Amino acid sequence: MKLIYFAWVRERIGKPEEEIDLPAGIETVSDLLRWLRGQGDEYEHALQVPEVIRVAIDQEHVDHREKIGGAREIALFPPMTGG
Amino acid sequence: MTAPVLPSVRIQAEDFDLAAEMARVAAGRKDIGAIVTFSGLCRDEAGALAALELEHYPGMAEAEIGRIAMEAMARWPLQGLTAIHRYGKVRPGENIVLVIAASAHRQAAFEAASFLMDYLKSRAPFWKKEHRADGTQGAWIDAKEADERATARWDRTSPLDRKA
Repeated sequence: MKLIYFAWVRERIGKPEEEIDLPAGIETVSDLLRWLRGQGDEYEHALQVPEVIRVAIDQEHVDHREKIGGAREIALFPPMTGG
Repeated sequence: MTAPVLPSVRIQAEDFDLAAEMARVAAGRKDIGAIVTFSGLCRDEAGALAALELEHYPGMAEAEIGRIAMEAMARWPLQGLTAIHRYGKVRPGENIVLVIAASAHRQAAFEAASFLMDYLKSRAPFWKKEHRADGTQGAWIDAKEADERATARWDRTSPLDRKA
């Protein structure tokens, strides 16, 4: 599964994207964020306030309760500031 | 009977020409009575800002603005709808975003343009980072709660709000 990061989430994690093998038991976006936070200081720094992190699965906004089974691409990013 | 209109959505680094985009919407039609255009520009924040760097999520940016535009087409009787959003470095005085809504009457055009901008600000995957005029490290711009509230005022049963 491909993870993509944008804006300060990308800067804090230190890479724009990566391929991950999801461990068993990770079912929802919340589970993913909790697991990812434990993957190193840079992830902890980026995801320390998980409720502000916005998530898109296959390029559509989802909330943190969404199941991630079958997702090809999950993007994590801060609240948007376009326009 | 004129063919149904599809919204035109473009994400691009280069600038746009408001007059040319407006002419494109109106071309060949005699049923448009009102065209509302909105341009968003980069401010210099009283001289403190040298430029904004606009990051976007390629693919999703087009898709999300397309979804918002289709929702606007469903809510108002529109004869044309254009949204152009730039990415990359934009300097004070330069354009960032353009929305054009065309309808038979002004109210639909005003409302659709406003709706599109409100949703675009809180749902289109773009992020602004400052480049400061004094050369110090600029920050990522924080999302404004006022923009979220502006979006909420359109709440009915928008399919855009069912998820997330």
